Amino acid sequence: MGVPRYWREIPQRYNLIGTKCEACGQVYFPPRSMCPECRRASVGNMEEYQLKGSGVVESYTVIYAPPPHFEHEEPYVIALIKMDEDTYLTGQIVDVSPDEVSIGMHVESCFRRIYQDGKAGAIHYGYKFKPVG
Amino acid sequence: MRDVALIGGGLTPFGELWEKSLADLVAEAGIAAIMDAGIEGEDIEALYIGGMSAGRFVGQEHLGSLAAEVSGLSELHIPATRVEAACASGSLALHNGYLAVASGMYDVVVVGGAEKMTDVAGTEATNILASAANREWEAFFGATFPGLYALMARYHMHKYGTTREQLAEVAVKNHYNGTLNPKAQYRREVSVEDVLGSTMVADPLHLLDCSPITDGAGAVVISSMDRAEEFTDEPVRIAASETVADSISLSERSRFDGIPAAMTASRRAYNRAGVSPADIDVAEVHDCFTIAEIMAIEDLGFVDKGKGGSAVDDGLTTLDGELPVNTSGGLKSKGHPVGATGIAQIHELMLQLRGQADRRQVDDAALGLTHNVGGSGGTAVIHILEAI
Amino acid sequence: MWRGDGAAIAAGLMVYEKTVPGLDEDTTTISVEAARRAVRLSGIDAQDIGALYVGSESHPYAVKPTATIVAEAIQATPDLTAADYEFACKAGTAAMQNCLALVRADMITCGMAIGADVSQAAPGDALEYAAAAGGAAFILGRDNLIAEVNHTLSFTTDTPDFWRREGEPYPGHGGRFTGKPAYFRHVTAATKRMMEEMGTSPDDYDYAVFHQPNGKFPSRVARKLGFTKEQIEEGLLCPYIGNTYSGSTPLGLSAVLDVAEAGDRILATSYGSGAGSDSFDITVTDAIEGYERNNIRKMMENREYLDYGLYMKHRGEFA
Repeated sequence: MGVPRYWREIPQRYNLIGTKCEACGQVYFPPRSMCPECRRASVGNMEEYQLKGSGVVESYTVIYAPPPHFEHEEPYVIALIKMDEDTYLTGQIVDVSPDEVSIGMHVESCFRRIYQDGKAGAIHYGYKFKPVG
Repeated sequence: MRDVALIGGGLTPFGELWEKSLADLVAEAGIAAIMDAGIEGEDIEALYIGGMSAGRFVGQEHLGSLAAEVSGLSELHIPATRVEAACASGSLALHNGYLAVASGMYDVVVVGGAEKMTDVAGTEATNILASAANREWEAFFGATFPGLYALMARYHMHKYGTTREQLAEVAVKNHYNGTLNPKAQYRREVSVEDVLGSTMVADPLHLLDCSPITDGAGAVVISSMDRAEEFTDEPVRIAASETVADSISLSERSRFDGIPAAMTASRRAYNRAGVSPADIDVAEVHDCFTIAEIMAIEDLGFVDKGKGGSAVDDGLTTLDGELPVNTSGGLKSKGHPVGATGIAQIHELMLQLRGQADRRQVDDAALGLTHNVGGSGGTAVIHILEAI
Repeated sequence: MWRGDGAAIAAGLMVYEKTVPGLDEDTTTISVEAARRAVRLSGIDAQDIGALYVGSESHPYAVKPTATIVAEAIQATPDLTAADYEFACKAGTAAMQNCLALVRADMITCGMAIGADVSQAAPGDALEYAAAAGGAAFILGRDNLIAEVNHTLSFTTDTPDFWRREGEPYPGHGGRFTGKPAYFRHVTAATKRMMEEMGTSPDDYDYAVFHQPNGKFPSRVARKLGFTKEQIEEGLLCPYIGNTYSGSTPLGLSAVLDVAEAGDRILATSYGSGAGSDSFDITVTDAIEGYERNNIRKMMENREYLDYGLYMKHRGEFA
């Protein structure tokens, strides 16, 4: 991934900065420039909003056929997570054995290395999730 | 809006076609379709070609112009348009060709779809396919395409009790059908044990739950219904052509136990065709993964939501069942050259409705439906075809 | 796995277990985790941090500071100064000294110093028995202190006991030379001079923390300087987490702060090969009573064991 692309999303990847529609109060992550519910009323009315990082597993899978750059971590868990702010996102679940992951499990975000562009390229950091407690 | 008919079609074999380039595939399918339709080059007023990612698979963009060149039509100076919607590219190309004819703009149009996937390594192909998902927010974190469908599979299993065996039975059925299809990539049967014993790809999906990497192309010729008889005495009427776009990210959908875009597109298609799900005699659905077929027969209204697994158990969708699904072998055993798949589905139904499906023939097939999905459900295209 | 009597070596080094980084962890992620805890437990506004320094010998980039990534991850940017430190195992304490200096010079109101490492050692080398991963972050400032740094000083010479060349994955070292002329000379000299300048003797301190490349060295230097086993016990984590290099003394100090009470006095001396020692004389304040502790020993209980093959994968040998 080109470095500008990575850099642009640092607030999201490092700190879960999403947006909140000031018209209806719904929080979105990834951030949106416009609320799908309020549409016109939300244009220019979306504020930055940092998610707490806490959520619940809605569904998950264990990846055994990783894409390039992720071979080292196979097998790893990818989950659909419902955040406390009522918005969903996709991320890895780490620090737990795959057979101990379950739908309904509470997770919290952590800062990890996502992948690197080879030994000489940039390192991409971002959010992953681990079980609470 | 005028009535539109399919007047001919052609398909290359599907598989790892080392000797054939993308251009070869496009030419082969196009020529076969044109010959089958019995039209002259001069009759063709426009070209549409569906392809997902030729730029990354073979470094080639500008597919409309490429198609015009290899089909020998470039001197005719007709419009050629490349259409892309990930795995739904082929059907979306047909939808656009359909609109062009239905609107009265053109009378005869050729629509094709092609993908050349084996010139890159398997892992690179997987990486390219991930561009059908959300690159920044799904693929960036290591989510793969099978991974996204696996999320839906586990969700479906958790909510409705769908079992791994039911998923496997979809593969078993489609592989059996594939043995009867001379163009299919895989023409050998598999058992439930084979499927469940194959390497795990993304839990709960095993290797044999997943459609393969395939080269292939297909093309069809469509014309206004009033001119169809000039060319063929077996026109097939396009009774409906509907497409819906939903979010590209799975996490942004309104539900995870089905594909909302397919639900909406099919509902509109039934309305437009003036038919109901019960009227469909044969269907080609998008079984990129076995779970996709189970969700599809629910989304299309053939069975209630959540009952897809048990319907497969009961044999509803086998070749001699009440509603045969994927008589071609489906994406699973016929193969899934991404951009070509939508056209291949149409081609299969065309054969069925013309009584030309040979050992796969469904008796008295008069009304068929194709269901083609892009990504994890970001686009759905539904066609309903009627034998005249 | 390599030839040698594991149990005897463990007893000889007094290192029974060591930490291994997760497949997706590195010095940066460890630093961020420690930094985030520090911000949370201290209750400061990250925007008040005027300087952020990360000391390590395993910075993921040779050029591009770990400190800026950490600063961004704790939302301390953009109004601060940042840089990475290197001084073998004492890069973290060097960072602490410099934050202290900036605070005392009134250039910043508070600064963050981190010592963290995912230590490298060649497979089969003696170092490998103890090389481990870990880190700690300290916030140094003027107000709301849980501990006062009464004094800090250093003892520095050019002593080539242990080094790593640019581009080389593993360090080289002088074997037994790393003992008396290196570790012991510098730790002893710095600690002695600290006690001279402060007019103290070992029994003036409730706790002592020494750099811990293994369990034996700090035990021996403590004994030679006149400190008791009880004084170094709380701060001696190495036997069960291994040598966390730049994290070593900071983590030891942190473990002491986990149990310290108001009025307790701590002496901490780090050691970095190449070589030097930073010594600190610290008094714990009343404010420690209300402070939420890290409880490192509880963190240490949450563990999973790996076999050598999986360990090598975690070390990145197969990447």
